[in-house]
Amino acid sequence: MTGTPAGVPRFAFWHVVVAGLVALAAAPLVAIVASFRAIDSDVWHHLTTYLLPTQLLETAQLLLVVLLLAFGLGVGLAWLTTAYRFPGVALFRWALLLPLAMPAYVLGFVYLAWFDVTGSVAGFLQRWDLPLPQVRTLWGAAWVLAFALYPYVYLAARVAFVTTSARALEVGQALGLTRRQAFWRVAVPLARPAIVAGCALVAFEVLADFGVVALFGVETLSVGIYKAWYALFSLPTAMQIAALLAFLAVLALLFEQWARKRARFTTTGRSQPLTPTRLAPLPAWSATLVCTVVLAVALLLPVAQLGVWAWTLGRDALTSRYWHFFANSLLLGGSGAFVTVLLAVLLAYAQRLDGRPLMHTAVRIATVGYALPGAVLAVGVVAVTSSVDHAWVALGRWFDAHWPPILGGTVVTMLIAYTIRFLVVAFGPIQTALARVTPRMDEAAHSLGETQYGVLRRIHLPLLRPALFAAAALVFIDILKELPITLMTRPFGWETLATRIFELTNDGRWKEAALPALAVTLAGTLPAWFLAKEVTHPTSAHTRETPC
Amino acid sequence: MQRRTFLTALTAALIAAPVSATVAAETLTVYTSRNEQLIQPVFDAFTKATGITVRFTTDKDGALIERLKAEGENTPADVLITVDAGNLWLAKRSGVLQPLTSDVVLQKIPAHLRDADNHWFGVSLRARTVMRHVERVRADEIARYEDLADPKWKGRLCLRTSKNVYNQSLVATMIADLGEAKTEAIVKGWVANLATLPFPNDTAVLEAIAQGICDVGITNTYYLGRLVAKNPQFPVVPVWTNQQDRGVHVNVSGVGVTKHAKHPELAKRFIEWLVTSDAQKIFAEQDHEYPVVEGTPVSPVVARWGTFQASQTPLSKAGELQRAAVQLMDRAGWR
Repeated sequence: MTGTPAGVPRFAFWHVVVAGLVALAAAPLVAIVASFRAIDSDVWHHLTTYLLPTQLLETAQLLLVVLLLAFGLGVGLAWLTTAYRFPGVALFRWALLLPLAMPAYVLGFVYLAWFDVTGSVAGFLQRWDLPLPQVRTLWGAAWVLAFALYPYVYLAARVAFVTTSARALEVGQALGLTRRQAFWRVAVPLARPAIVAGCALVAFEVLADFGVVALFGVETLSVGIYKAWYALFSLPTAMQIAALLAFLAVLALLFEQWARKRARFTTTGRSQPLTPTRLAPLPAWSATLVCTVVLAVALLLPVAQLGVWAWTLGRDALTSRYWHFFANSLLLGGSGAFVTVLLAVLLAYAQRLDGRPLMHTAVRIATVGYALPGAVLAVGVVAVTSSVDHAWVALGRWFDAHWPPILGGTVVTMLIAYTIRFLVVAFGPIQTALARVTPRMDEAAHSLGETQYGVLRRIHLPLLRPALFAAAALVFIDILKELPITLMTRPFGWETLATRIFELTNDGRWKEAALPALAVTLAGTLPAWFLAKEVTHPTSAHTRETPC
Repeated sequence: MQRRTFLTALTAALIAAPVSATVAAETLTVYTSRNEQLIQPVFDAFTKATGITVRFTTDKDGALIERLKAEGENTPADVLITVDAGNLWLAKRSGVLQPLTSDVVLQKIPAHLRDADNHWFGVSLRARTVMRHVERVRADEIARYEDLADPKWKGRLCLRTSKNVYNQSLVATMIADLGEAKTEAIVKGWVANLATLPFPNDTAVLEAIAQGICDVGITNTYYLGRLVAKNPQFPVVPVWTNQQDRGVHVNVSGVGVTKHAKHPELAKRFIEWLVTSDAQKIFAEQDHEYPVVEGTPVSPVVARWGTFQASQTPLSKAGELQRAAVQLMDRAGWR
């Protein structure tokens, strides 16, 4: 955000880091760009005549509806649980994050099992001659995606609200604003970078989603990508549509950058946490009801349904193998989160030290992987790691030695792919938090003789702690749920909970997949719970000196 | 301190993972899109019969083929197992398979269920046919796929999405048998008769027929087999279509030796074992499929449906004409 501070070389370690990350993230993009060597005009003619117009329209509609719903739920609930006191608020503060642990396609399947024409709830409605909602539509998919993804916005907004200086709100109120007006005119504008970052994650997830849209029969661009690849046998065309998708994502990111640039957001002086207002009984219980309903719709009822299915259909499948799946999921999630967060910190820090446009562009490229459908990204990564292996084996042959491939089928390839995919998930919270640390602190530390590394370690890292945990937990949960990359790059025998879900759902055994789906959700609630405690508790980080 | 222990353990695990991936000489490596619960019993029986161990990884067909292409001669895979003839055709065209010379296999697998150049072989068979509600539709009311285009079925037909590969192969073989124009007219008739939006899977189509949302549909037989095995009263039965002319559309799960197999002789032994009656019985019994080798018994559920005349159209047509089929279904508005 700032210009290069004095004393920092214009080319340093950071530039090497950023260059490396950009090269890494650009790997699948290389495969995409290379696809433009072969334009299949027959397929493109078919796509533009019959599919793309619908797919562009439905992608836009889905994106808009999901974003509106996720924004409303995320920001609304975050403000409610931050600014007010009502029965159960301490519980809701962290519980409202937990739906993050539920894979969206699992949530989608549960809703279809209830509300589709052959569903259990649908049968009940029909018996009483009640109108039956047509759920296998864009609206059904939007509903599911919004409830599965709103926690990204909720988390970002709540972190921002908690760390917003109460003084700003008090000033607003002193100037005659009611608490509601203060929300719209002070709190939301101050939290805007965080909220936009949260919404961007939701948008990327929607663009890359294939599971939910396939279940609900929505024609989005990701469906077009799969159709070109799997049905029309044209992977280059699929890559070209992916390029279109990536372009749209970059546009969205530029918009975010523009929105952010218009204001600087730093914390000055000691911030006072916002003191929640006690609500009158009727609004208080209404607030409790709203939070309960959201939690029930997004998590409790679906988990109960999965529990019933797991008990009735999958009980026998619960063998000691599940410890193995569990352990693999946790190990991959943990190591992936560690590596991704580490690189995201380096990236955010590099951007802070060098605010030139080239650096911003590089950062954008490094984080664009999240908007690509996972399968396209996986193909790109495997293409690149395989080329490295080919070179390695060829080099061995040159030395008259037999060198086996070093990347293919190893955890290293998996971690590279996870990093490319989820870098932006970790980058968002870290960059937002780093931007709030005023450069004056750096300057003060420098003037006291602290080195750049010392500033990072002794000033920034403690201040970034909540953001680091947030980033790690988000990436961890995302890796638990991730499928195409895990499938394509896992070493032999490295089955995880997510690949268990795939084995069953790919074979049409959705209800039997309830057991691993439940396990993924449970495994994801642990970091979500931890995240909620660490990040959104009012006594964390900035506000530690002034517990309430 | 704790943190350091964790990091050490993590590093150790990361280093150990590729090392533990090196394997004994007598191990066959398989990439399969047939899922674990269906293929593990087959591998177990093979290991028991021959002493050869099998390691495998699962993924979707397209991803496995791309992975084989990218890995090239470094691939660890000896054998590729996929479902659907179109995928087998694609694997051959992508150059990831090599021909297998085996008289046993040629003799046991009928010609239309394998590749003409011996790159792939169908090892289990499934019929994709018309399903009817046992009471609401009489057995003599429907005889051919074409009949479902008749306006008499308006609002009574359920279909799975056209994005499904089995529907694509069905339509592709119809194009091979009937020509594109005639097939398009039939498919348009189906779309006009739909009772509700296409479903995401075959099981949902069968449940919709059972619950009265519609009366007829088109699905693979083993999905019905699973439902009937769970509930013998499940009120849907198959119609053996086109018995007077081209026969019921069938599809296969199949197998091929990868182009850069490190153990081609093990791969050959595996594929030759797959056409023994022991192996064929596993395919027939465990998931209500049909064997490809004559004389293998089917599951009791499947036996009740009786026998049928299967289409003799070469399955490679499903691959050759898949793109045309997909474009046709898009034109017809089949979502």
